[in-house]
Order: sequence, then C-alpha cells, then structure tokens
Amino acid sequence: MTSNEDDSTETKHAPRAIVAGHGSLPEGLVNAVDCISGRGSDFLVISNFGLTGGDIEDRLRAAASEFDVRVFFTDLPAGSATIAVRRMMRTDSNLVLVTGANLSTLLEFVFQSDVDPAEGARTAAEKGRGTLVAFGDAAPKPTPASGDG
Amino acid sequence: MSIALYRIDDRLIHGQVVVGWGQPLNIGFIVLVDDNVACCDWEQDLYRMGVPPEMEIIFADVPSAVTNHDSYLNDSRRGIVVAPDIDTMRRLVEGVGTIRYVNVGGIHHRAGRTPRLRYVFLTQDEANSLAELSEAGVQVTAQDVPNARQTQVSELLVSKAPEERSA
Repeated sequence: MTSNEDDSTETKHAPRAIVAGHGSLPEGLVNAVDCISGRGSDFLVISNFGLTGGDIEDRLRAAASEFDVRVFFTDLPAGSATIAVRRMMRTDSNLVLVTGANLSTLLEFVFQSDVDPAEGARTAAEKGRGTLVAFGDAAPKPTPASGDG
Repeated sequence: MSIALYRIDDRLIHGQVVVGWGQPLNIGFIVLVDDNVACCDWEQDLYRMGVPPEMEIIFADVPSAVTNHDSYLNDSRRGIVVAPDIDTMRRLVEGVGTIRYVNVGGIHHRAGRTPRLRYVFLTQDEANSLAELSEAGVQVTAQDVPNARQTQVSELLVSKAPEERSA
C-alpha cells in the first residue's frame, strides 16, 4: 500500500487487521486510510468478487494465519465476508469482528497502534458508529434502529 | 402476498439477497431451503444474525419446504425462497409442482465448472439440469441484482470466457 503524500518517509507496518467485503470497497477504504494516515499497510484487503462462501472463508483463514491477524473489518452484517468470519469465530474465540466498518472506523484503528488489536477494534467500532450523522433540516427524524442487512 | 423470487445462490443469505433484492421488493421473510443448514442450529444462528429484525428467516429442508410451500404463498408478507444449488432447487420445484420461475443468482467457480456469466459457473451436468428444468416449463433466468440484465437459460448452456467481475 502506498501513500499519496510523502513516499520517502513512508513506514510499512505489519498487517494488524483484515478488511473484507463487497466489490472494490475494501481496497477503496484502505486506500483512503493510506491517503490520510499513511497506514494502509496496517490492513490486508480481501474482496468477495466471484467467490463462493467457502472460498471467501478459505482466503480469510489463509491470510489471517499467514500474518497472524485476528481482527476483521467487514462492510455488511449480512455480507458473505461477515458470514465467513462468523464461521471462523466458531472455532477461534480470539477473533474479533467489526461489521459495518467505515473510513472513520479504520482510521481510529490505525491510530490505536499502541494497544492490543482486539481492544483497538472495539474502540474503533464505537468511534465509527459515532461518525454516522445526517445533517440538514430536511433529513427525516431517525426511526428506531432497523438493521441494514 | 407471494413469493417474489425463487433463487439459486451458493452464498445463500448475503448482501445481494438481503439488501439488493430484499429492500426494493420489501421482503418480509426468506425461506432458506438447505438440507444441511436445516439441521444445524449454529448455522441458522449465523444467517439469522445478519438480517434486519423485521425480516424473518424460515429454515427448511426440501421435504418440509415442499410441505409448507402453500403457507409461504399465503403469508401476508412478501418472501424470497433461496436454495444453495441447482439440485436443491430442482427437488423443490418437482416437489411443489407449481413453481414457474427460477432465478439463478450466484453459482461461483469451483473445479469442473466453466464460466457462463461473471456470477454463474456450471458443470455440464448442472447445465443439463437447468435445461431440463426449462424444458419442464419452468422459466429459468439468471440475474444477480434487480437492475441487471435478465439472461435466458439458453445463454447459460454455453460456456464462455469469464467476464471481469462478480459481486
């Protein structure tokens, strides 16, 4: 992962988490993290493009094992990557999954580099949730939470 | 109301089903027809946790889905029936006898399958099975998301070079 800013001072970091989800979103999110923080290499990226649920799980398992990563960020609660990680969690209670991850979530995580990744993930989830705001008088009043699938 | 979609999708319940189809069709329930999931509480919890609270998931093996099909049709909500593979959907279609439309939503690559669409890969046996469904009077089309082009079964029977991407 490269930075758009000062490449000469860029420092690579060992991956601390995996970002997985639909289409190019994981790559795009991590690219944005890199542009802002230079810490895109904190993440491994896995897309579900063209993969069965089993293939997604295999790729996630392989990446997590190779890089000793146990934190996962996914985009949708009902997404195939989320389902795959949940399946992995069945046999590994040390894994942590944050679903519904957004850019703020990931940025918070990379700046939690001095804490255990699992703890950083939980903090990042809270911060990310707090950044979802609808501005404008025309925005309808929020209704009770109704999952997004 | 009705069953809006009979879908073959090897990912079963995922973003395209819950959000892509579920939201525009105002789906109130999903019938997940899978003999393996139907007998595994943990697998059921896995799928249940991903859907919004207003959407019910009904888990069924093929025989119980056949038995309960009328109740799905008579439900006041609109539903989707999803099966993991062609064989499961075919057994459901043959058991129910009145299903006239099947959507191929996602059958991804694995050894022995060749590309038909970017999200449909079939073995020759699977292609033959779809053709037989069609010949039996079932309209078989492929369409991954609601605004995508609907592909007729005849196009699925021909192996072709893979397109770029699958959601």
